[in-house]
Amino acid sequence: MFPTPIQKASAPARLAYQIALPIALVIWLFPLIGVAVTSLRPASDLAAGNYFGMPSSIAYENYASVFRDSPIGWYILNSFKVTIPTVIGAVGLSCLTGFALAVYGFRANLWVFFAFVAGNFIPFQILMVPVRELTLKAGLYDTTLGLVLFHVAFQTGFCTLFMRNFIKGLPFALIESARVEGVSEWQIFRHIVLPLMRPAIAALSVLVFTFVWNDYFWATVLVQGQHAMPVTAGLYALNGQWVAAWHLVSAGSIIAALPPVLMFFLMQRHFIAGLTLGATKG
Amino acid sequence: MPHDPQPARFWKRNQMKIAPYAFLAPGAVMFLIYVLIPIVQSIWISFQDWDGLGPKTWVGLANYVELMDDDTFYVALKNNLLWLGLYLLAIPMGLAAALFLNQNVWGIRLYKSLFFFPFVISQVVVGLMFTWFYAPDFGLFSQLIKWLTGSEVAILADERYVTYGIIAAGLWPQTAYCMILYLTGLNNLNFEQIEAARMDNARGWRLLRHVILPQLAPATFIAMVVTVIGALRSFDLVSIMTAGGPYGSSQVLSYFMYEQALSEYGYRMGYGAAIAVVLFLIMMVFITLFIMRMIAQERNR
Repeated sequence: MFPTPIQKASAPARLAYQIALPIALVIWLFPLIGVAVTSLRPASDLAAGNYFGMPSSIAYENYASVFRDSPIGWYILNSFKVTIPTVIGAVGLSCLTGFALAVYGFRANLWVFFAFVAGNFIPFQILMVPVRELTLKAGLYDTTLGLVLFHVAFQTGFCTLFMRNFIKGLPFALIESARVEGVSEWQIFRHIVLPLMRPAIAALSVLVFTFVWNDYFWATVLVQGQHAMPVTAGLYALNGQWVAAWHLVSAGSIIAALPPVLMFFLMQRHFIAGLTLGATKG
Repeated sequence: MPHDPQPARFWKRNQMKIAPYAFLAPGAVMFLIYVLIPIVQSIWISFQDWDGLGPKTWVGLANYVELMDDDTFYVALKNNLLWLGLYLLAIPMGLAAALFLNQNVWGIRLYKSLFFFPFVISQVVVGLMFTWFYAPDFGLFSQLIKWLTGSEVAILADERYVTYGIIAAGLWPQTAYCMILYLTGLNNLNFEQIEAARMDNARGWRLLRHVILPQLAPATFIAMVVTVIGALRSFDLVSIMTAGGPYGSSQVLSYFMYEQALSEYGYRMGYGAAIAVVLFLIMMVFITLFIMRMIAQERNR
């Protein structure tokens, strides 16, 4: 193990480490803690200049007023309407593409694979004008479906990279022996490979959920009005209205951040497995 | 392959030829329509004068010539380099955090997840947090600066500091990302090698440099890829925190493009596309390097 386990260190060093941990954490999360505290601070505190002291009372009212007086609930709903179909679409498509690229040795295989990988790294701006145009022409501008279709296509690149490497790690003999038995290719995919892909599907689902939930660029490019606006772009619009009403901005920020944070905590192991695939299998 | 007259076997051979394309088609078609073709279209549009509605006019290289004379372009380019250089600090910082947290004490799992937190939060929220953090009068950071130096600095309103302020906000989630990559890498070390090195009296820095870091190379590679790409893609934070201001001093290519093509400054799609092509070419240099390394790895499998 590296560094040397702290258990082997002297007692004072162990104690120092135990003390350093929470201190480092508080410093690291300082902006977050500040915002969380501000979100619970009554407006009167801010008006009185009490920015840093203990809140005079805990103002859950801030959250209630954000939900009551702003369309943030609607924005959240839109975010779900974009994120969930995208997760299903991108993960579903990449199960197929990943299988194709991992199992078959056709001629263009590596080329197709690297096109997916490279597409994943390009700047969004090179896609912006044509994708906006395409979405307008299809009558999908300002709709959640317009966002979903783009996100599905783009995330399929990343997901394919992941799925292909995952399937490559499965024992190929399983597929070989099924073929000898005369099982069709589709049946092999459906009944042999797909059940083994569960961990990869879970990991990618959490990851794509977070990526798409947090997307801001496409939410501003492909959506204009409130009715389809996801929470990231919505929060930015609200920030313009709540000039310097930091208790509201903070509460809104916490609300917008919560779904991916919950997702992360519930599915932590999958999330990290997703992020680090490739780092672990080297 | 010997010819086999049985129809079932015949189908099976065809199936092997058709199956890969059938599996590939749905995803590949989507990717083609929304990613690959738009790249070509953008390059095409960059040679046009177009407001997004009316007819396109072919102007040849005029957009690029104009770009070469545009002061904002050079500010954006300089800032992009600054982003790139400073963003890479996320890698050693992430490694340091990972080394700090790679212990087996009570509650460490929770600590690791909490340290990773900034990465899970949307950049819009990160941007708002840091705007608040830097706000003059009541921002915690400005208060700290005031307490330390006696004078107040409005980071985001000061042309000298604004880009550094935004990059610092970006480093927060990026460091968390690199940390998690290294934590996983540290979990997969070859313990025998480390013990052998310890027998040879390698300790601390020397052990890290000569034994640990080479083993962490795959994690470092991924950290490099995501950090370089993240730096050049930076858009959200600039948009949220300053919208490129004050006076365009925190401009980056990605935001400059958006501003030219799609904002109150006008709908100059051709000019915007030209900026996007420049950014694309810069990123392609890195993407090509990454892919070449990946191809080399594939060959070694």
